Amino acid sequence: MNMDRYSFWTLARNAVSGHRKLRPAWRRHQPKSKYDVLIVGAGGHGLATAYYLASRFGGRNIAVLERGWVGGGNVARNTVTVRSNYLRDESIPFFARSVRMFGELSRELNYNLMHSRRTMIDIVQTSPKLRELKRRMKIMDMHGSSYEEISVSEVRRRIPALTGAREGSRLPIIAGMVHKDAAVNRHDAVAWAYARAADSLGVEIHQNTEVTSLVVDSSGRISGVETKFGTISARKVALAVSGHTFMLARTAGLGLPLRTFNLTAFVSEPIKPVVDVVVNCPDLGCYFSQTARGELIIGGHPDPGLSYRRDIKQNVFEGTVSGLLELFPSFGRLKLLRQWGGHLDIAPDGSPIIDRTSVGGLFVTAGWWGGYKAIPAGGLCLAKLIATGEHHRLASSFTLARFDRLDYIMEAGTTTVV
Amino acid sequence: MLIIECPFCGSRDEREFDYGGLAKPPRGRIAEVASDREWLDYLLIAEEQGEIAEEYWWHVRGCGEWIKIRRNTLTHDIESPEGASRS
Repeated sequence: MNMDRYSFWTLARNAVSGHRKLRPAWRRHQPKSKYDVLIVGAGGHGLATAYYLASRFGGRNIAVLERGWVGGGNVARNTVTVRSNYLRDESIPFFARSVRMFGELSRELNYNLMHSRRTMIDIVQTSPKLRELKRRMKIMDMHGSSYEEISVSEVRRRIPALTGAREGSRLPIIAGMVHKDAAVNRHDAVAWAYARAADSLGVEIHQNTEVTSLVVDSSGRISGVETKFGTISARKVALAVSGHTFMLARTAGLGLPLRTFNLTAFVSEPIKPVVDVVVNCPDLGCYFSQTARGELIIGGHPDPGLSYRRDIKQNVFEGTVSGLLELFPSFGRLKLLRQWGGHLDIAPDGSPIIDRTSVGGLFVTAGWWGGYKAIPAGGLCLAKLIATGEHHRLASSFTLARFDRLDYIMEAGTTTVV
Repeated sequence: MLIIECPFCGSRDEREFDYGGLAKPPRGRIAEVASDREWLDYLLIAEEQGEIAEEYWWHVRGCGEWIKIRRNTLTHDIESPEGASRS
């Protein structure tokens, strides 16, 4: 790759020169009028797709167009949980692969993603939820993803801060489920690392370049996109724009089975290490982990109803916090620092779409909730489809055609959020 | 937080309501007359998610009425509240 390699040696050398000789991680370009492939959205999925197109499939003359800045969308608006505890035969191998790819990504991209495999524990408080998770466990067993039940005393031993929900309370803990493959890492680094690696392979990244509409030629094929710099032509265009997929696809006359919701999260002030696993509380609808900086990063339910807002509603916030305090009463003393929202585009079955569309040359990666964990595999699968016209076997079920048969891959209900 | 106008109880905050989904035409009638394509579009495509969404809210922690509102999905402003029973 044509980039400065990062290492202890380069860090030390650049320190001597006050870091003034470091080159930008990716370059600026004037947009050309024509590319082979345009990717709309420089988030995790868009950048990963560009990187794998260039690195695995020899793709050249690729541009990524971004309305805002690299890593300012949902790749920076999540809770950085990487896991593969899903329900369906189609989902588990895909997410398990993505989790494995994440583990090797720091080395591949020569960028410290601060990847930390630290296990996720579901705190189970109702027997219907336990039954559902045990069912998931058996299906995960078949696909090589780890999930196992532990006792209440083992849950409390592993999470000492968990002092609430005792015997006799409203919803006492009845079991825990452990997902050893789960990890967290640094979201900015994921976006920056893919951007830098893609740039080094010749991919152009254009920030502040909003795509206002898609351009379709008289034969019904995609021919390019409209931007403030005028029309940029390409025979292949891929949408990786999360919550804006429906509206952007609409400009090409395409109706996609997606609805946009706002999902929010917030972080506490930094504290000393208190919890070393990712904690998920499916019965109360909240989840959290502690970041490397010491902040607790906490998420809950999406806002009810369609939304293009990115702020948190007081009632959503209160609902999440009150659930969390039932289990972790000592967290009531924490101050909260920041909150944010992100737009999810959710398909009726809760599973993603990585497919071509009925508009020739137009591809879409959409329907991601928890799409952060899917960045490596999602990017790889979309890149293969764009480059070869054939689905990657891991994503061959995530098509639009499944909706024509109502052949849902039902994942709705397998996370805290939907 | 949304403030939703209930025809019986007046302005009440969102915590008293459950979201009831987009206000589409009643399902029964569509199923009888629709072609396969129309039926799929009815089930899958939410054309209503432009600027204004027409949707039901259920005043479940109040009087129990179903209320239809038109809400801007960007600003969350509610226009023309209208009491409606869900068929």
